[in-house]
Amino acid sequence: MSQATLAIKKISGHPGPAPGADVERDYQVAKLIDTTTCIGCKACEVACLEWNGYTFTETTFDNSYQTMPSTAWNYWNLIKFNEHEREDGTLQLLMRKDQCMHCADPGCLMACPADGAIVQYTNGIVDFQQQNCIGCGYCVSGCPFDIPKFNPTTKKMFKCTLCSDRVSQGLEPACIKSCPTGCLHFGSKEDMTYLAESRAKQLRENFGFEKAGVYDPAGVGGTGVIYVLHDVTDPEAYGGLPKDPHIPWVVRFWKGPAKWIGNLAMLFGVLGVTLHYFRYGPKEIHPPKNGDGGKP
Amino acid sequence: MTNGWIDIKNTDLALVMGGNPAENHPCGFKWVIEAKRNRNAKLIVVDPRFTRTAATSDLFCQIRAGTDIAFLGGMINYAIANNRIAHDYLLNYTNAAFIVKEGFKLPEDGLYSGFDHATQTYDRSTWTYEDGSDSGGVVASHAAPAAAAPGAPKPLPPLPAKVAYDLTLQHPRCVFQLLKQQYSRYTPEMVERVTGISKDQFLKTAELFTSIRKDGDMKKVATIIYAVGWTQHSFGTQTIRTAAMLQLLLGNVGRAGGGVNALRGHSNIQGATDLAGVFDILPGYLKVPTPADGDLAAYLKRTTPTSSKPNPWDSYNYWSNTPKFTVSLLKSMYGDAATKENQWAFDYLPKVDRNYSWTQIWDNMYRGSVKGLLAFGMNGVAIGPDSQKNIEALKKADFLVVGEIYPDETSEFWRSPGITLDEMKTIQTTVYRLPCAGFAEKDGTMTNSARWLQWKYAAVPPPGDARLDQDILAQIFLKVRGLYQTRGGKFPDPILNLTWAYSDPQHPPLAEVAKELNGKALADLTDPKTQVTIKKGQQVPGFAWLKDDGTTACGNWLYAGSWTEAGNQMARRDTSDPSGLGVYQNWAWSWPANRRVMYNRASCDPSGKPWDASRKQVWWNETAQSWVGNDVPDFKLDSNPKDHMGPFIMNPEGVGRIFGPLAAFADGPFPEHYEPIESPVANLFHPNQPNNPVVKKMKTPADKYAGPNDGYNVICTTYRLTEHYHYWTKNNPMNVQLVPEPFIELPVELAQELGIKGNDKIKVSSIRSYYIAKAFVTKRIKPMMIDGKKTYQIGIPIHQGYRGIQEDAGRDARTILNRLTPTVVDPNAYTPEFKGFLVKVEKV
Repeated sequence: MSQATLAIKKISGHPGPAPGADVERDYQVAKLIDTTTCIGCKACEVACLEWNGYTFTETTFDNSYQTMPSTAWNYWNLIKFNEHEREDGTLQLLMRKDQCMHCADPGCLMACPADGAIVQYTNGIVDFQQQNCIGCGYCVSGCPFDIPKFNPTTKKMFKCTLCSDRVSQGLEPACIKSCPTGCLHFGSKEDMTYLAESRAKQLRENFGFEKAGVYDPAGVGGTGVIYVLHDVTDPEAYGGLPKDPHIPWVVRFWKGPAKWIGNLAMLFGVLGVTLHYFRYGPKEIHPPKNGDGGKP
Repeated sequence: MTNGWIDIKNTDLALVMGGNPAENHPCGFKWVIEAKRNRNAKLIVVDPRFTRTAATSDLFCQIRAGTDIAFLGGMINYAIANNRIAHDYLLNYTNAAFIVKEGFKLPEDGLYSGFDHATQTYDRSTWTYEDGSDSGGVVASHAAPAAAAPGAPKPLPPLPAKVAYDLTLQHPRCVFQLLKQQYSRYTPEMVERVTGISKDQFLKTAELFTSIRKDGDMKKVATIIYAVGWTQHSFGTQTIRTAAMLQLLLGNVGRAGGGVNALRGHSNIQGATDLAGVFDILPGYLKVPTPADGDLAAYLKRTTPTSSKPNPWDSYNYWSNTPKFTVSLLKSMYGDAATKENQWAFDYLPKVDRNYSWTQIWDNMYRGSVKGLLAFGMNGVAIGPDSQKNIEALKKADFLVVGEIYPDETSEFWRSPGITLDEMKTIQTTVYRLPCAGFAEKDGTMTNSARWLQWKYAAVPPPGDARLDQDILAQIFLKVRGLYQTRGGKFPDPILNLTWAYSDPQHPPLAEVAKELNGKALADLTDPKTQVTIKKGQQVPGFAWLKDDGTTACGNWLYAGSWTEAGNQMARRDTSDPSGLGVYQNWAWSWPANRRVMYNRASCDPSGKPWDASRKQVWWNETAQSWVGNDVPDFKLDSNPKDHMGPFIMNPEGVGRIFGPLAAFADGPFPEHYEPIESPVANLFHPNQPNNPVVKKMKTPADKYAGPNDGYNVICTTYRLTEHYHYWTKNNPMNVQLVPEPFIELPVELAQELGIKGNDKIKVSSIRSYYIAKAFVTKRIKPMMIDGKKTYQIGIPIHQGYRGIQEDAGRDARTILNRLTPTVVDPNAYTPEFKGFLVKVEKV
């Protein structure tokens, strides 16, 4: 909005059109989650529910502080807890906020057959448009993070929107706003990457976490949600964060080569028909020889 | 808190012990994170469980519940042995150099000098300083021993005005040498045997904590942060004392990023104590009168300390103003009825003849002498300890009034699990349930852990029939006063003459109450030094204006300055912080005198220069001949450093107390390790004196205490979860879904031994009662070796009960945790021992 109002229309002493006219720039946005300062307070879980209008879900205690086993169609933000024993015998209580990663190369979008059910905005947010969703669930097979979830009542798919409604109005996502320790940050991907890298460096140099690093997996083209991990070589310990996530080959094949093979097959089909037409001419309807076949 | 929440960001090292701020104070915990992120500060967490605070720590020690003094005593021993102490600070700002009276004995056998076995109390007359008025300095160490004859309690003599001292700290009876001797027994080996923390791990921790004083450096600062994990023991006060002593030894008190910081578990617990929500104090921590105080003069003589210090030193002794605070309080309470002739209505004040603390009230009700209870803002049955005893007590009461926002366990004690329909019919207690306004439906202030009074506004009106607490109390009071007016009574004067000058007596506006607490001038007053004048009826600008001649009224001297002629200081919301130290001088208002870090004179060296130039709080300005700074100096402004006035102006010594003399503590001038009342092991320091000798057990049939020989040998501790708030949030769907059911955390090894798997229903029993919940089998509590014996600890959250969303839907075992806990209290603060009692665990 502010960019639109500050876009230059005319410019003094300048031949030709105003530079940058009709060019809209949009930040690639990103959420930074510093797992080393997360205290597992779940404020982000509640903020997500309240902002998105979800109420009470019945849960069951399951030998953990974790609210439920995985995110749900009406529970998009979940802290995953893991009591992790390191090689030296010391214990870590790892807490990682799980939600849609907003991949630059979104597998869900690639897998989706419904026109306009999944969009990726220029700022990087991957958003489901439920009015176009046909509930086929193909997005599930495209996602390496197990994020899209099916609402059995409406037969539509749901997931974290990165608060696209808030972000479009210049606000941070609800989870970010609620975080008491500041382990959650929101901003441009560039800034968040810088912040994450400097924090990881601090952890390596001052706090003895030699393997600290930033999780921003290349397999999905990088993500709109990046993590600082105490040990970036073992993301699986953080409630099953995939080490090298990528869009499943089936989806890639289906939407890539398979699609082209299909298209090619179709093209050959059409070509064959055309050639057949030119070679043999149109199929003629022969009148019945015995005089009764043509009767109504 | 000596310091404040935001100030934690200034620290170089935080020791969190007896608290779990990441879970219970998540918003405040951000300042620990800030210190880590911006200063590379380190965090040490010592706890019976690996908590979510421990998850962010750099060093974690799993400690046996109730052995904190052994750990901290070991730290003191380490600091002294390795010369990791703040020598100049210790010498000038503490009583380390003071010489203790001959006849004082350290508790090698578990007892200090003066113990009387018959009454289980100490004659504390030897717990004092050597009089130095004759020698003016060091006394000969071979003076005749003073007879410490135990016998009938007699009033303690005052502290000597001139204390004998030894600046070389070599005198065998100087506080420093006694300290050294006392904790020389707390070796790393002993720490390991008692606490269960391995010697290696302890040494690593002690090395890290004391590293801030490596090579005599004074720049770095460490803070100690604690909560009820320290207070809820039969020696809780002494645990906090040990921490204070350690901080004095290391020169960390009064400094940005330092101090001893109590985290309050409710939004306004600090305010509750400031306003005397405890039986033995009046507002502003004035002492409550006793029947022995024949008149005001006797009371003031007893409660007003006289300074006690080495002769060449100076002591502000701010409590010498006690008469001003007391008379102003009486004028505030009784207005014109308080006159010089009737000793400012001193006789109107109730005289407290014995202990009326929390557990005592329930004990008295159980025994039948307390007939009714008005319960506001608390759930007495769930709070416990020994909830079943409280339930039995309520069955015997005539009436119970509960002001709450939800139906709670207390108002429904008559339907607690185990009570049959037939028994219910026999319960004759009349219960009045009054729906009250919630926190967001009231204005007023809350005083936070950092001593800030922050004014708040009502967000929404109370729903339905719910009323404001102050309206209910006002209307009860007016009704009672009406009865006294019409029917008379034995002593109607205190009731009839109580000041009730609110614009709407039935609905006292809290703004008017707040102004009353601040206080006002009752005559035109002039400050003789500055010639500043305030007119009769004007609000006093601060407690320095209070008088003992009846010309000022003040409801709480500590709050003087909070609502002045300049308006409501508590409503200020200025976010500027020029020093960058997080002082926020114009955000709300902090007692005392809007000072953010207490004892901040100690942030400077004796010459008045800050120990660390990068964290300048206050300093001596030679040109102006005054103390100035980024914070309000906690000191006499014109006291030149040459005069050697001590920075701890609330102590008659003017210095910090490493030795707590005379009546300061009921159980010893130095802390000593005692076992919890229910302990699985003997006291390794003195097996013949296992527990705190002055702690008394309750004696009703409901009060049972177990030992390991009774089959209870697992240590149990209790705690809160970040997902819940006491006993309220089990009524709130958002919280309930985060942690839906009660659980019991137990170590993997114990679970394996008992054939328990995660989520199994298990039963935990103490000698008093039992508790049923699901098992949370966790690696976060490890078995411990206590004196070579494998010992288990378990932990149980306090939150669930028999009223709430899950309870009402029958999805919960509906037992209350505090049915397990024993009724035994700390002898100084009367806080019950909720942490570290004995249980057994079995599968249901």
